[in-house]
Amino acid sequence: MLKKIPRSNLLFFGGALLIFIIVQVAISTGVLNDFWSTIIRLGGVMAIVSLGLNLIYGYNGQFSLGQWGFYAIGAYVAADITYRWSNDSEATGLSILLIGVLLVGGAIVYLRSQLGKIRGLDALSAFTMYFLATLILGAVAVYLGKLVGPAVAGVLMALPASWSMQIVFILAVLIAGAFAAEVSFLFGLPVLTLGSDYFGIATLGFTIIVKVLLDNSDTMLGFQEMKGARGMVGIPKITTWFWVFFALLIVVVVMRNLLHSSYGRAIVSVREDEIAGKAMGVDVAEYKILAFVIGSFFAGLAGGLYAHINGFLHPDTFNFIQAFNPMIVIVLGGLGSMTGTLVASFTWALLLEGVLRLILPQGFETWRFVVYPLLLLLIMLLRPSGMLGTYEVPYLRQVLPPLKAFAKKINSSKPGSGDPAPVQEATK
Amino acid sequence: MNAAINQKPSLIETVIRKRLLGKGFLVAVALLALWKLVISFLAGPTIFMQQVVNGFQLGFVYALIALGYTMVYGIVKLINFAHGDVFMVGAFASYYAISRFGLNTWPSKVLPGLPVWLSTAVGVITVILLSMVTCALIAFTIERIAYKPLRNAPRISALITAIGVSFFLEYFGALPMVFGPNFVTYQRPFPVVEWVITTSGISQLPPGVAPPDNSLIISNISLYIIIISVLLVFLLNFIVMRTRVGKAMRATAYDKPTSRLMGINVDGIISVTFAIGAALAGAAGVLYAIAFPQVYFVMGIIPGLKAFVAAVLGGIGSIPGALVGALIIGEAEVLSAAYISTPMRDAVAFSILVIVLLVRPTGIFGEPSREKA
Repeated sequence: MLKKIPRSNLLFFGGALLIFIIVQVAISTGVLNDFWSTIIRLGGVMAIVSLGLNLIYGYNGQFSLGQWGFYAIGAYVAADITYRWSNDSEATGLSILLIGVLLVGGAIVYLRSQLGKIRGLDALSAFTMYFLATLILGAVAVYLGKLVGPAVAGVLMALPASWSMQIVFILAVLIAGAFAAEVSFLFGLPVLTLGSDYFGIATLGFTIIVKVLLDNSDTMLGFQEMKGARGMVGIPKITTWFWVFFALLIVVVVMRNLLHSSYGRAIVSVREDEIAGKAMGVDVAEYKILAFVIGSFFAGLAGGLYAHINGFLHPDTFNFIQAFNPMIVIVLGGLGSMTGTLVASFTWALLLEGVLRLILPQGFETWRFVVYPLLLLLIMLLRPSGMLGTYEVPYLRQVLPPLKAFAKKINSSKPGSGDPAPVQEATK
Repeated sequence: MNAAINQKPSLIETVIRKRLLGKGFLVAVALLALWKLVISFLAGPTIFMQQVVNGFQLGFVYALIALGYTMVYGIVKLINFAHGDVFMVGAFASYYAISRFGLNTWPSKVLPGLPVWLSTAVGVITVILLSMVTCALIAFTIERIAYKPLRNAPRISALITAIGVSFFLEYFGALPMVFGPNFVTYQRPFPVVEWVITTSGISQLPPGVAPPDNSLIISNISLYIIIISVLLVFLLNFIVMRTRVGKAMRATAYDKPTSRLMGINVDGIISVTFAIGAALAGAAGVLYAIAFPQVYFVMGIIPGLKAFVAAVLGGIGSIPGALVGALIIGEAEVLSAAYISTPMRDAVAFSILVIVLLVRPTGIFGEPSREKA
């Protein structure tokens, strides 16, 4: 029975389990204090955001700087839901968002199937329809949510307190992801028609607009509990290492399987050559938006997790300077390399938040951001293709051979000639 | 069958074929903006005109920064995120020149007999030139150390490097022994003179006197900014269009390998482009600091970003495009700050960018023909 499971799968999941247990034991026994455990969780969250961006930029070739904006959206959406539940014991926010996300998601899927039949429909017209549908359904969701809210709160109240908190938390994180994905769909539909660099600038603009809105979330958007530029406090701190790890594992597996499928090959074909892809019957626009939406879903998910690490959110965390963080991480790890992204995000968190804070002597904290760009410059000058280049852990590698190997494999057309696997790297 | 094909297209088909829905959406947004503008104008024409003047002042500063972005992007396809921080360095250079060394007063010290206006003008021009030279040297160094080794690397590496350089300039500048992490009050190199335009005519506003109602105030700062910016833009246009260096720049932007074959020193030209762009940013830094007399270590981020938006809006690689785009962004920023809400001005600038790009994907003046500066 065991023999049927490929060795690489066993190695990967075994290694993952091992890492999880080691870190969990270290946290539980106090070997890793709060400071380090926070940093490790931040690294995991960063890994999820960066994997999402790697799907968009590394695999699909769309230069996006909007990942941080979707991360911000996810963080605030999830934080608002759990805040309302834990402080006011009301589930109206949860109900409204849940209904809204489901309705809009359903509408998008339905409209997508219907509009797909119309030939020659331009992106902007389609966007207008989706936008109107979203507005209408949003209003419906607000109405229904207010109706259902007290009942949902009653049901949740009947459960034990810790259970209901966890349920709200899981729902909040999932809603955060779905919300970010839907926003990214609406935004990406017209904007993805722009060329590569222009798309990057437009997404950068998106991040800045989100930051401006968050700065004025109490006055302009009318969410008093978000407290605008003063920062949102009182969010329950319930993101444990377990949740971060669990989410990260799921994201890695989902992304691996996605890239392994025909969808994944179509996504990569868009990066390699749009025109050739089109000639082979790949619907380029469709796969661009697919990758963008999935990547943004991951960003929203990560945002939801991030919000519950420190219990504190500030719009400055989401300004556009920080928006380059996931981009830096995936370039450091190597574009189009999942292993590289994972390693780089944990390294990035440990280095920037942990080590640089500790090794710099007293009074030199301000040097942190002098040393960091210098390191960045050095890495870019010495290894422009990223720390790990195109290396992949065997479990992930079978999926998508790096570019050169891919071409070779097509030419030799020898199916299933697996690469010899370096064993111990599998756990990273 | 034939009858079905020859039928007049139904309403829905026409709407789809002519992309009416999307266009209608854009037109609705544009009409909303126009309506807001008209309402604001009718509510107070003089206040509105005052905002327009302020917008011009800001827009011309942005134009100078935008030119550097547009030139560098045109020639190496790199979004030079460090450009805004070069602008910041230019502002600080002039701050030190004025406040610490009194460089703007040297003509009156050396030649006390000169008329006041002439010595002030020479002093201010010296300060601006000093900032321009400083920025040009810094940009030249950055280009040689950080960007040149990456010329053949993937473009994203150069972009990340640019972000690294930007971080470095900011936080190195924030160190206490460099510029310091605080806001620093900037000392203007010349006294501010304001003129009041009312229905009865133009008169000078004595300092400390409140302007009368329904009047338009124009200060000499706006005039100087506009004059200096226009002069520099014409100078740049002359360099790019009429000189050998400019010709080499255009050739390099058009086709690097061929330019190299034709005997153009491509690396040298790229360095010169960076230096010229940075010199303009240096001048912009001085003008910005004169207009908004405060300098601090992250002052370059937002103007740099706006200027980049302006460059893209006008069509990247085009000099008139940068000017027009910058004026639009400047006006949009000031008007939205005045009539929508102050924090929304960044959002408005980017919304305009996205909408313009959706209508004209290469920007207003961006031509498919690759005439690059």
